[in-house]
Amino acid sequence: MIRVEKLQKTFGTGTRARPVLHEVDLDIAQGTIGAVVGPSGAGKSTLARCVNLLERPTSGRVWVAGTDVTDLPERELRPARRAIGTVFQSANLLRRRTAAENVAMPLRYLGVTARDEKRRVAELLERVGLADRADYYPAQLSGGQRQRVGIARALALRPKVLLSDEATSGLDPVATRSVLALLRELRTDLDLAILLITHEMEVVREVADTAALLREGRVVESGPVDRLVADPHSALGNALLPDRPVSPNRQGLGTWRLTYQGQAVPTDWLTRLGADHGLDVHVLSATVEEIAGRAAGRATVAVGHDRADELTSALAGWGIHAEPVPLERTPSTDEPVREAVTEAVA
Amino acid sequence: MSTELDQLWPLLFPAIGQTLQMVVAVMLIVVAVGTPVGVVLHNASPGALFPHRALRAALSWVVNLGRSLPFLILMAAIIPFTRYVAGTTIGVSAAIVPMSLAGIPYFARLVETALREVPREATEAGRAAGGSRLQVIVSVQLAEALPALAGSLTIAIVGMLEFSAIAGTIGAGGIGYLAISYGYERFDTTVMAATIVTLIVMVQLIQFTGDRVVRRLAH
Repeated sequence: MIRVEKLQKTFGTGTRARPVLHEVDLDIAQGTIGAVVGPSGAGKSTLARCVNLLERPTSGRVWVAGTDVTDLPERELRPARRAIGTVFQSANLLRRRTAAENVAMPLRYLGVTARDEKRRVAELLERVGLADRADYYPAQLSGGQRQRVGIARALALRPKVLLSDEATSGLDPVATRSVLALLRELRTDLDLAILLITHEMEVVREVADTAALLREGRVVESGPVDRLVADPHSALGNALLPDRPVSPNRQGLGTWRLTYQGQAVPTDWLTRLGADHGLDVHVLSATVEEIAGRAAGRATVAVGHDRADELTSALAGWGIHAEPVPLERTPSTDEPVREAVTEAVA
Repeated sequence: MSTELDQLWPLLFPAIGQTLQMVVAVMLIVVAVGTPVGVVLHNASPGALFPHRALRAALSWVVNLGRSLPFLILMAAIIPFTRYVAGTTIGVSAAIVPMSLAGIPYFARLVETALREVPREATEAGRAAGGSRLQVIVSVQLAEALPALAGSLTIAIVGMLEFSAIAGTIGAGGIGYLAISYGYERFDTTVMAATIVTLIVMVQLIQFTGDRVVRRLAH
């Protein structure tokens, strides 16, 4: 488990003091992936460095796998770091070492025997699907393969906690998916608590169980991803599942914005509205995706003003949240968080 | 008057031996002392393994001091120190003192520059993997910088060869001494030409070997 409580980090002192994190709270249980998203400069990397003990918090507490690591003396930092596996952006592999030698690095630092090292390295490379690339140098591997080696290295000492700092940034979509699939597998198979630092919403959508939005050093929103997506007013939820552009509405119809998430909602709700309730529904925009393992959808529909009550009661029966959209303001993508995130992606 | 060609070899052969003796002995000292100094210079800087403003500033000042004097002047200036350390002010052992003193800061800066080329993230990965500072210095920083360090070593050896020739002028022996005492003071063109050719061949050989090693290490 990773727990961060009222974490503050300030660089510099006196008049040159530059606060980077303000009272950040975070809780990631074993067997879950917790994402921290936000634009660049929000303090994501500093948060990561406070968790893997490369940086000391100014105040607040950090627990890793049940141990309070905040005030560890210098000589105990090293063993504590071994309980945390870190996967870096662009893997940070040593260029002059083979994949196997890179994976062996933490084992050599610990001083395991050559035989144990060989066995464990083979096991780890097998685990990340690179058994046949053991003797390749990083320059001979693809970006996705390098990142897999980085993951194998992070897992070498059997940590209970994995930290991924922008591990998929700079990878192509196929490599990103394969790395994320691997992280998801590891979470479940090894019961890891994974802190995933990213600026990519696709990454959160794909693997995160919980998410926190960090802006200017503060957590402005956080929660389980399925709940965030189900909440029509959640900035993070809207960023995860943005409303699609809405086609123009016909005169005389009322517009409704629908938000839903979960298995209770029948996938054929739209046809049922017509067949069972005789409603003439115009779809102006819609999106459905699997998020956190379950279907989540957003839609903007239009029906005659006189049928509004029937629409809302039918939708409420299935657990679909509906709210009227004022005529002059159709849902759009100008939410502040969208901007923040788009900025970060750009 | 000029030395006959058949008399050249008995002069040149011991001189080459003395020069090599000087360069090898000095390089052993320079690498042994200059490498740690370069490592500290690099890692005491901000964002490295043990940032320490005062330590870095002090060390940097001392290193600059050693590098600001032209070798000939340094050599003359520290004669009392040389006598104290080596017990003499002439000959090969006396030359080793000023050459080391000039070579250590020179090599330290080369090491610092080579280490700066190792991405900071590689050092971080070593720390995150549970490595001690010493482990990270050896297995990440120095190991990753090995091709660059081999290049630095080549430059330093050529530099020490040059210093040894200068040291020859104040009686250290070797090729420099031969060039001054025969070529310059006795207008012996044959010896002069021979020393020049010898130095050129030695520098070319050192550089050629160094380049090959660098290429072997880089992949």
